Amino acid sequence: MKQFAQLFRALDQTTKTKAKINALVDYFSYAEDPDKVWAIALFSHRRPKRTVTTTLLREWSAEAGGLPLWLFEESYHIVGDLAETIALITPNPTQDSNKSLTDWIAVIMDLKDKEEIVKKEVITNAWLSLDQDERFLFNKLITGGFRIGVSQKTVINALSKFSGVEESKITHRLMGNWDPTTITFEELVLQSNPTEDLSRPYPFYLAYALETDLEKLGLPEEWSAERKWDGIRGQLILRQNEIYLWSRGEELVTAKFPELGTLKGRNDKDVVIDGEILPFKDGKILNFNTLQTRIGRKNVTKKHLTEAPIIIKAYDILEYNGEDIREQSLVERRELLQQVVNEIDSPRLVFSESVVFENWEQLAEERSKSRAHLSEGLMLKKKDSPYKSGRKKGGWWKWKIDPLTIDAVMIYAQRGHGRRANLYTDFTFAVQDGERLVPFTKAYSGLTDVEFKEITQFVKKNTRERFGPVSSVHPELVFEIAFEGIAKSTRHKSGVALRFPRIKRWRRDKPKEEINTLADLNEMLVRYEGGEA
Amino acid sequence: MQLIEFTDRGLYVAAADVYIDPWKPVNKAFITHGHSDHARYGSKSYMATHSALPVIKHRLGSHINARGVEYGEEVIVNGVKFSFHPAGHIIGSAQIRVEYKGEVWVASGDYKVEPDGVSENFESVKCHAYITESTFGLPVFKWKPQETIMDEINAWWKSNQEAGKVSILAAYSLGKAQRIINNVDHSIGQVFTHGAVENVNEVIRRQGKKLKETTRVVQGQKPSLYEGSLVIAPPSAVDSAWSKKFKDFSSGVASGWMAMRGTRRRRSADRGFVLSDHADWEGLLTAIKATEAEKIYVTHGYTDIFSKYLKSIGYYSAVVNTEYTGDDIEIATTEENSAPK
Repeated sequence: MKQFAQLFRALDQTTKTKAKINALVDYFSYAEDPDKVWAIALFSHRRPKRTVTTTLLREWSAEAGGLPLWLFEESYHIVGDLAETIALITPNPTQDSNKSLTDWIAVIMDLKDKEEIVKKEVITNAWLSLDQDERFLFNKLITGGFRIGVSQKTVINALSKFSGVEESKITHRLMGNWDPTTITFEELVLQSNPTEDLSRPYPFYLAYALETDLEKLGLPEEWSAERKWDGIRGQLILRQNEIYLWSRGEELVTAKFPELGTLKGRNDKDVVIDGEILPFKDGKILNFNTLQTRIGRKNVTKKHLTEAPIIIKAYDILEYNGEDIREQSLVERRELLQQVVNEIDSPRLVFSESVVFENWEQLAEERSKSRAHLSEGLMLKKKDSPYKSGRKKGGWWKWKIDPLTIDAVMIYAQRGHGRRANLYTDFTFAVQDGERLVPFTKAYSGLTDVEFKEITQFVKKNTRERFGPVSSVHPELVFEIAFEGIAKSTRHKSGVALRFPRIKRWRRDKPKEEINTLADLNEMLVRYEGGEA
Repeated sequence: MQLIEFTDRGLYVAAADVYIDPWKPVNKAFITHGHSDHARYGSKSYMATHSALPVIKHRLGSHINARGVEYGEEVIVNGVKFSFHPAGHIIGSAQIRVEYKGEVWVASGDYKVEPDGVSENFESVKCHAYITESTFGLPVFKWKPQETIMDEINAWWKSNQEAGKVSILAAYSLGKAQRIINNVDHSIGQVFTHGAVENVNEVIRRQGKKLKETTRVVQGQKPSLYEGSLVIAPPSAVDSAWSKKFKDFSSGVASGWMAMRGTRRRRSADRGFVLSDHADWEGLLTAIKATEAEKIYVTHGYTDIFSKYLKSIGYYSAVVNTEYTGDDIEIATTEENSAPK
């Protein structure tokens, strides 16, 4: 664990990618193989199965630190990270330990099915033999969420540097299902076995937002356009009579969408398709919220299947007949895709049609109809573009529609946590409804640090009442709130729920008497909900 | 009526018509220390310790009507006895003791219990009611000894030096900066200072306090002059174009907030050193206990949580709304910029 803690400090103490890669290469050169495999697993968000609940961890650590539980919870709220809070409040070690990363993981996994009293003893003893950084890492092994400023790309880069294996190969090897308790470093990183894992996906090609004028892209005839659907990007793998669905977060989500089972066995060539998972019923795409309620759940119920069944809108094809065809041109791939979709012939798999245009004006016109199609805008793809890995510029661009906006007044403020623990950063906004103010959304992001500082000073001077960490403030500051969509909601006082609300800008120029009204929100609801423009 | 009232101008001793650290102009202001959220412009008269006064005058202007007192010296106003006692926060910082008709209150301003070798050491004062800060009033704040932190800073400085880099350390220009200057290992290399820090240094040296040698960073020097040295600057300067002149450098921040990874990452400095001029959780509780006070008023920081905890362990405690900000590095950034030159 000392070596891993050393790596953690080296990674945590720098913001420079080069230094992080060097730290990782160093670690790979001195760590034992099982530790290396676990380090890779942890950086790619794999962790041992949870054997202790966070509720118990909270109780035990509060007890170890001699604190009442409520105080632990308050501290946690401010620190924003459970593993860190525990590491900060538990006492410093009384003994030293030389257990490795892999040893400690074994200790944690071994707790499965043990009695609570045994678990408690093992965990509290562990805390007493680890220093603060080690305690933090140990807790992270249990709680998960290993975000320590190292991207998958950085790890892959470092592994490539260390092993001499090409980055793209390592990327592919690290994707998919592998078990850090059984796989060796040799098998995971060094050996090639492209056929063994049927479920293995390709890295997604992600586009940047279009920043320039369309004219600068070149000739319109060199480009193809599609609607940018507002669902979950997914990769559908149909190999040897099996079906796998990956989400963009590299999560295997097949089990969440059992209705896709009907796609099995309808193709005779193995294919991998890139597309969008969309809720769809009675010939219409449904609001994204319906999908969100479904993915949030552990188990899919019959109700989900009848209320928000899904389809896949197919954008692209990456593999055909077991062959990687990502280097072919977009036009060739899309032709093949159309064929494959026809052959599979299922209402669950739909070809995402191209948007026809002859010049840029027509395309702009199409973009302005996006909300009516319940799409987020357009995707522009060069006709000769290959399917690249990761976020790349040039070949593909996303051209989203401008968000909806509304001017509102801030009525509640809450201290941030984690990165912004000493500033007020979480705000609730209200619109006018006659004499009263109706809260309708919260928003967190969109302001600069300087603005947050200024607002923090305002909040401190203008607090009316406190409710725990929340302060109600004099309604004075006006902000423009941007959002991507609006839907009816029975859970909110205002009767609406916004999609991706954020602060667009601080309207210092606008007095609070001129903010938008609840009637304005309702009008937007009528116009935009469900895409019925 | 209580001895010290909490008004919208500041802490008010009505019997003497004296305000302690008022945030609006008043007739008589008694000041705990020179940080700008405690010593504000515009009052008719000021009183502070002899040791705090030069910096206060430097910041508010030499024309202000101000009088200095010794630590422990009794000042009687209208029958109310005032005295100033070391708070250990920065040079000259004081807790103000107020006694009237047998009742004693202490307003502590900002304080730190660990001696730092620069500020006058904290002394606890017995009282009936204690007004405390709680900038770091959460159990997650546990300071390591100053020596350990200085070792960390020295090691960082050395390794940057070996890599041919300048080490730029962000620290409050009044207090933290001098504490670092006097406690780092000057045998490693030369210590440079940003103008805002050096201006305060000059004031402090002029009043006869010993500060180790520092050199002001001036325009138009070759970058090679700074190679391998330590540069101490206010947080705002480190993030600004000012630091560009050092070419290859590593940046660090010295602040109690660096105890949390979140704030550490937000500063996007290369290194965070957990060093504060305020008491940590244990420090606050020890100081409060030593006063033997029954009533504890909490003015700034994690006031709600800290006060609730005090109640749970048997004190009478209440939160007082003030405009003190404590060691808020975020706010310090704007403050340093607006401080009079």
